[in-house]
Order: sequence, then structure tokens, then C-alpha cells
Amino acid sequence: MNTLDRAVIAAGFDVERVRADFPVLNQTIHGKPLVYLDNAATAQKPRAVIDAIVKFYEVDCANIHRGVHELSQRSTAAYEETRAKVRRFLNARHKQEIIFVRGTTEGINLVTQTWGRTHLKQGDEIIIAGLEHHSNIVPWQFVCEETGARLRVIPIDERGELILEEYEKLLGPHTRMVAIGHVSNALGTINPVARIIRMAHAAGALTLVDGAQAVPHMPVDLQALDADFYAFSGHKLYGPTGIGVLYGKTELLDAMPPYQGGGDMIRTVTFEKTTYNDLPYKFEAGTPDIAGGIGLGAAVDYVTRLGIDKIGAYEHELLLYATEALEQIPGLRIIGTAREKAAVLSFVMEGIHPHDIGTVLDHQGIAVRTGHHCAQPVMDRYHIPATTRASLAFYNTAAEIDALVAGLYKVKEVFGDD
Amino acid sequence: MIDDLYQETILDHSKRPRNHHTLAGANRKAEGYNPLCGDKLKLYLKMEGDIVSDAAFEGSGCAISTASASLMTESLKGKTREEAMKLVDKFHDLLTTDTPASRDLGKLVVFCGVRDYPARVKCATLAWHTLKSALHGSEETVTTE
Repeated sequence: MNTLDRAVIAAGFDVERVRADFPVLNQTIHGKPLVYLDNAATAQKPRAVIDAIVKFYEVDCANIHRGVHELSQRSTAAYEETRAKVRRFLNARHKQEIIFVRGTTEGINLVTQTWGRTHLKQGDEIIIAGLEHHSNIVPWQFVCEETGARLRVIPIDERGELILEEYEKLLGPHTRMVAIGHVSNALGTINPVARIIRMAHAAGALTLVDGAQAVPHMPVDLQALDADFYAFSGHKLYGPTGIGVLYGKTELLDAMPPYQGGGDMIRTVTFEKTTYNDLPYKFEAGTPDIAGGIGLGAAVDYVTRLGIDKIGAYEHELLLYATEALEQIPGLRIIGTAREKAAVLSFVMEGIHPHDIGTVLDHQGIAVRTGHHCAQPVMDRYHIPATTRASLAFYNTAAEIDALVAGLYKVKEVFGDD
Repeated sequence: MIDDLYQETILDHSKRPRNHHTLAGANRKAEGYNPLCGDKLKLYLKMEGDIVSDAAFEGSGCAISTASASLMTESLKGKTREEAMKLVDKFHDLLTTDTPASRDLGKLVVFCGVRDYPARVKCATLAWHTLKSALHGSEETVTTE
């Protein structure tokens, strides 16, 4: 066992025991033990989440909010319980502020299509950052095109940190919304969102935070942050795909028109006029991903049981270990060296394309992401087409980092100068 | 095995790409783009009548796409437009079907290993998509999507 692993066990985090909770980790790829380092794309699911989904389909399956029969009451209770769990987990003020969506992308689109279309006009400005994922760029571009509002971008420095002086200059009487990623998926930068939100509010603007990469890795307190909207995806929080959450402050959600029309989002329907349901149902038309919602509840329970603080502390140790190990490799350059960083290591290797790195690593059983990570403006900022990205989770070990390093030496062996 | 994909010839051409420059006197030009990996490629052809008398490319990509462009430009020289178009189809078949490799492919058969890596087929075909567009005389950027 590695020294870091031993130290961490002493600190109360038994990574080997945690790994046993994740069935997918126990397999070989091309004859080598799987080393899964693509957690920023999607995280693996613990047995508890898989079991909750199986139980729903085997025992409790029925549509929610509809039937008076036993199964419908069970499924409704389980689904709604997740809303309560998410509220507690993120310290939202009210349960009704937790709206289920497909994921972060849909959460942001909901805001741009409802709040955006009714509140933005010619000359208004939206501020985003140079680190954004495409899902926090493109929906705003849509609504800007429709309303005549304008997108402004906070630049980033060489480390991959937002330049706050530039942000301050962008803020002004025309700023309506500041939409910012909490943690960069491409570089791992943790943005100072509390400060960004305070500055936005002082300028009279609203705020939306893309929390996809933050919620799985650090404590998030929505009331302390005072974000007006906050979105995250279940599948990055060790939950199922197809379910996510948009949080919004009650008074804002109340003043927004519905997102999609259909069942569950109405109070009364006649051919002349329809009245809408209360929050959060106003924004939840149609049968949702019930199994996904229940699975997300199990994921929140799982993460809560491990302790999000402990998860964050362990992942930080692993990040430091991995950063030091990768920096020893000649010709390797880490892209994104922010002082506050989540456990994401994006890097380039001299003369070797990320896709080739990815394929050779895959042959060592190591799963990494290669490409632009849905953040092309970030790649443009560093004048590179792509990076290789290893993104860590609490079930990764120092031994796996050692395997990554060995894999990268193999890459150099295949493609090195001869 | 990883060596089946990265055969010696592919590694050689990726490290020392042939015809990797602009082409004076080129009368056909096209750009290719693979949005998946961000690779961009510029292809230059010099046509004398119906014959490709010279070919070259610029841009950098992964080993597979660079070697593919390098070997493609080598194999194009002296071919008629129609022969070149047929080669595009044969190369595509090599990567996507189990049919035995056409003998016309020559050295290009080294890409047969790409067949087992569906995620990498687009790397190998970028230069060839671009070739098609150059032969059609369209100047628009083609993408592999």
C-alpha cells in the first residue's frame, strides 16, 4: 500500500472499503485493472444507487403525483424525499426551490428560456467567464440573439484564474445576470463564487452558478452563497444520468413563466385558459425520470454518509500527489494551475497529441478524457486544440496515480523521438 | 495490441510527415476540421489537367491523422481525379468494413488496425474528407461530423 493511502486511512477515509461500494471498478480493461480517471465526465455509481433504482422498478414502480393507489404513493414519497434530501444537502431555504431537470444543461436552459426571454432586452448584458463549459455559453447566446442582449466574458489569466479586476470593469448598470461556473471542468479552477455573487448583487444583477463540477467535490451552502440560481447534474454526484437539479429563489421562480407545458405543471386546464401549478411543479411538465430522482436521493445519502468534507479533503491530497507526480514527467505541462483547484489535471505532452495519449492509456486500462472538454474557448486561450484530462474522485488511489504515470511513460516510449 | 494500431509506418509518418508544407502553384485547396479533437488540416493539390501532379498539407493533429495525411499525399501523386476518388472509397472501406484490403491501397493498408478503434476512424479519415472537397473544388471547411 502506498504511503499516501495509509496516511489517509489514518485520517478516517478507507479508500479500499469505499472502492468496494462501486461494482464497476472491479474489472480489467485490456487485461489491466481499470483505472477510472474520467470522473468530471461522469462519476461511477455506488451499489446503494444501483439498488435504489432496481428496487423502484422491482417493487415500487408507478407514476407520481397521480394515483391514489399504494404504488403511486410509494413512488411519489420516494421521489419527493429526494427533493428534501437535496434541500438539506445544499442548504436551500425551501424544498419548492429544488426543481428537477435532466441535468445542469437543462437547468441553465430553463433559466435562459423563461427568465431570460421575459426579462432581457436590447442593451442588457450577461456576464460569463472565459472558463465556461459550452452549456453555460450557448444557451445565453440563444437568448441574446433573441432579445438583443449582449454577452460579456471575464478573461482568465495564465494560471486559469478569473481576472476579478476585469470582472469589476464589466459590471455596470446594464448587467442583468452573471452566470458563472463554480468549478471549471476543463482546468479544475475553483472560482471565488461567493465574492463574484456579492459583486453582482451590489451592481443589481442576478446570478446563476453552474455547479456541475462543484457539488460532487465540496460543501455547497446555497443560502451562504446567496446564488439566485444554481444547477448541478446527478450523474456527476455518483447518481444516475438523466436527472439533475435547478435551484432558484422562490420569488424569482414565482415571477417566471413556465418552461414546458404538459401534465403536472397545471392547476386547471380549459380550452380557453390554463392556470399553473405551484412551485416546483410549475417547472416540471410530464412524467419525470422517477427512477433517476430516487437514485439521486440514494447518491445524496451515500455522499452525506461519507462526508462531503472528508471527500474534498481526500481528493485534495490526491490532487497534490498527482500534480507532483505528473510534474516529474519530462515534456509534460499541466494546463490550469489555479491556487484553488479541484482534483482535475489537464495536461499536454510535447509532440504527442491527446488522442494518441488517450488510446495508449486505454490499453493500460486507464480511462481519461481527451479533447476540448466542451470548453473550446479555454483551449483557444492556451492556443492548444485539446488536452488530456485526468479527473479524480474519492475512490481513486495514489496507486492509480502511479499507474497513470507509468502509462504516460509508455506513451513516451511509443511516440518519443527515436 | 497497441502496435496493431500504431504500426511502424504510421509512427514514422507521424513523426516525420512527408509533404508537410504549403504548395507553390497549388490550384486546389481545402480545409478539414475534426470538431471532436479540434484538429485542423489544410490540403493543397496541384492539378495538371486531370492528373494530381503534386499534393501537400499543413496542420498538426494526432499520430493517426498526421500519418494518414502524409501517406495520402504521397499516394496521390500521378493519379487521375477519378483514381483519387476511388482511392477515397477504398480507404474508407478499409477502415469501416471487413472486406479484404484493395491492392490499390499500397502502403495505406497500415491503417487497417484503426478498424478496431471506432473512436479513431475520424482521425484517419480527416485528410480524405478534405481531399474529396478539394477534388470537388469547394473551398468550404469540411468536418468529419
